[in-house]
Amino acid sequence: MSKLHTVNKSPFEKNSLDACIRLAKEGGAVLLFEDGVYGATKGTVISDKVTAAMKGLTFYVLGPDMKARGIRDDQLLDGVKVVDYGGFVDLVADHDNVQPWL
Amino acid sequence: MSDIKKFLYLNRKAPYGTIYALESLEVVLIGAAFEQDVSLAFVDDGVYQLVKGQDTSEIGMKNFSPTYNALGDYDVNKLYVEKESLEARGLTEDDLMPLTYEDEDDDWAEKPSIRVVSSAELADIMDEQDVVLAF
Repeated sequence: MSKLHTVNKSPFEKNSLDACIRLAKEGGAVLLFEDGVYGATKGTVISDKVTAAMKGLTFYVLGPDMKARGIRDDQLLDGVKVVDYGGFVDLVADHDNVQPWL
Repeated sequence: MSDIKKFLYLNRKAPYGTIYALESLEVVLIGAAFEQDVSLAFVDDGVYQLVKGQDTSEIGMKNFSPTYNALGDYDVNKLYVEKESLEARGLTEDDLMPLTYEDEDDDWAEKPSIRVVSSAELADIMDEQDVVLAF
C-alpha cells in the first residue's frame, strides 16, 4: 500500500516540495494544495524536477486552490491530475496514511 | 515639498496562502491618504498577487485582486514587477492583470501602471526610496 504526501507551501519560498520528492517512496501520491499548487505549473525553474519525479509518484492538485490563484488547466504540467474537495477525501481514504510536508 | 517622502511597498508573498499580500494592500490604501510618493514592487512569489483570472469562489476567501484596479484612483500608479521573478515562475506580463491609471498631467490619458523591470533596475529604484516597507 502507499502513502499520500501533501504539500501546501510554495516551492519558491520553502523546500517542502523538494524534501517530499527526495524522501517519498516510489508508488506514492503527492497532493499539492494552497500555495503548493504553484509547484504543478509549467515553465518554472522547478518544472523539470517535478516532471522527473512523476516517473515514481502520481501528482494531484486541488482545483479550488488553483482557481483562486488564477492558474488555468493548460498551465499545469502534463500528467498532473486536478481534484476537488471530494477528490481530496477520496485520496486520503485510498491511501494507507497521509504524510504532510509543511 | 520637502515633507513628501518616497515610500516603496515590497511584496514578496503569494496571495491567499498567507495574509501578507492582503495586509500590504490594506496598508497601501491607508497610506495613500497621506499624499506621499508611493511605489509598489512585486518580487519573488509577490508577482503572483497580480496574476489575472483569480477566482476564490471555492476556497471561502475574499478575492482581493480587483482592488489593485483601484490603486490608480489613489495616485498609486508605479507598480514595478521584477522580470526575473516572472521568468522563474513561467510567467510573462500577459499573465498579469492589465492595471491602468489616468494621467492628470496628460489630459487624463489612460496609461499602464505595471512596469516590468530587471533586478538591476529595481535595485536602483529601491535605492532611491526614503522608506521601504516589506511584506
